[in-house]
Amino acid sequence: MSTELELERPAQPPSFQGISSGRKAKNLTATVLVTLCFTVAVIPLIWVLWTVASRGMESLLRAEWWSHSLSGVRANEDLGGAYHAIYGTIAQGLVTAVIAVPIGILVGIYLVEYGAGTRFARVTTFTVDILTGVPSIVAALFVYSVWISIFGFSRSAFANCLALLLLMIPMVVRSTEEMLRVVPNELREASYALGIPKWKTIVKVVIPTALSGIVTGVMLGVARIMGETAPALILMAYSARINTDIFDGSMANLPLLMVKEFTNPEAAGFNRTWGAALTLILIIMLFNLAATLVSRLSAVKTK
Amino acid sequence: MFRSLALGSGGFVVALIAAIGIFLLLQALPSLQANQVSFLTSGEWTTGDPNNMRFGILYLLWVTVATAAFALVLAMPIALGIALFLTQYAPRSLARVFAYIIDLLAAVPSIIFGLWGLQVLGPALVPTAEWLNSNLGWFPLFSDGNVSIRGGGTIFTAGIVLAVMILPIITAITREIFERTPKDQIEGALALGATRWEVIRTTVLPFGRAGYVSGSMLGLGRALGETVALYLILSGASGRAPELSLFDGDATIASKIANDAAEFNNEISAGAYIAAGLVLFVLTFVVNALARWITTSRTGK
Repeated sequence: MSTELELERPAQPPSFQGISSGRKAKNLTATVLVTLCFTVAVIPLIWVLWTVASRGMESLLRAEWWSHSLSGVRANEDLGGAYHAIYGTIAQGLVTAVIAVPIGILVGIYLVEYGAGTRFARVTTFTVDILTGVPSIVAALFVYSVWISIFGFSRSAFANCLALLLLMIPMVVRSTEEMLRVVPNELREASYALGIPKWKTIVKVVIPTALSGIVTGVMLGVARIMGETAPALILMAYSARINTDIFDGSMANLPLLMVKEFTNPEAAGFNRTWGAALTLILIIMLFNLAATLVSRLSAVKTK
Repeated sequence: MFRSLALGSGGFVVALIAAIGIFLLLQALPSLQANQVSFLTSGEWTTGDPNNMRFGILYLLWVTVATAAFALVLAMPIALGIALFLTQYAPRSLARVFAYIIDLLAAVPSIIFGLWGLQVLGPALVPTAEWLNSNLGWFPLFSDGNVSIRGGGTIFTAGIVLAVMILPIITAITREIFERTPKDQIEGALALGATRWEVIRTTVLPFGRAGYVSGSMLGLGRALGETVALYLILSGASGRAPELSLFDGDATIASKIANDAAEFNNEISAGAYIAAGLVLFVLTFVVNALARWITTSRTGK
């Protein structure tokens, strides 16, 4: 029995072969290409942000920019500010959120707590997916055809809010749904065991647990819709004055201000356009940052 | 009570989608009946006079589909590379920061991309575009289009800007799927002595293919419906038939609607644009439904 089985012998150097140069080359090429892809994507981001920051800074440094409107300012004068548009952007974003949040949260609750697994819930999930993909211009045309053509209302900031609503609801539904699914079932069962009805369990136990995630989703949603321009082009009329009533009269918002001013050939027009762009980015970043903070400070306690 | 409220909200969302289709159709029908030319096979667009409506979707449809397709061709490989970089190559501690940087791209509003495309990127691309046109002009996609290349308002510029805009969407979805590649598959491949690239080719890519394709479809849907960026970049009415080149211009369905929004002063004229919007709605509906179908049929087991 001196013949050892081949498998039992310890492996000798020729059994371990180095990686062939062809495979090495392929691996290296892939690494380089993949890293390159990332760099290629970062270039436009930095380029865009740099363009906006360097061109818009001049306007933002004037104190008037934050406190005055463009009412009565001539096209070539570097005076006035974007207060009317900043007000419009924030007001329209908030009004939209106030309407979209309850609807979106209720749909999310239905999908997770009541309808899970039913046929209608599947249809709803599918529609929410489709609604997510509806282009903003189609949402705007829909609001135009119902609100303005059929009901006969005139163009207003509120009509714009209605179109933004269509874009925001699916975002709120998605984040609510995601957060509710993370809430541990033990919490619900503990509540039921105490004899608390389902609706109260949802309102008092499930929602508070998931709240910070929902708030994050809502803030990201508001940040998204504040940059929307297409609905404003169709559903609003621009005004260079401060108008605080979103139901009546012309009103501005930052994207609309940019659309109006980018055709202004004067240097002042250039400053206003990019100033508005920088302001818009800053507001959106602020909302995004707040959303990140909320989610950092109070993540769902799963255990 | 609460249950029915929640159920009612669900019903409301479903009704909303149906309502979008129905109301757009209702508003478009009178104009389609008043139309003097065929809506689907003509490219004319004169809608000023309600008694002589001549409008067709053909040219707009070409520019819409060409820009979106060009953007997709550019964005798909890069998004795949970024997703692989973030999930397989980047050091764990930096991957989150890098992912955040890519997500920042999605936070920039489209109007700012449009403005950048119009005033900064467009002019910067003109030499490249001219070089392509004069040296590779024999290739149909690079031949002369119906607008001037010097202006920059071409499918070429618009497609590149769109590609940047849909990059974060495709990346986010692809990355999420790649992260879920079963660990034991990856470790198995490593144990067999696979290089990092071979691990990706044999485990990550086959596992994530469906997610990648459906993410790309969502990106396509977004590109088809993008309005303001293209409204700023494309130079508007050329009036000439497109030459099926990347250097065509004019307008996409969405940018045409945005461009002429001020013309909505009578029901019949507005109806023409609503009809175009309906085509866009159907197009994005199909693309998004397809994306969803791919996800559920491949990963829904």
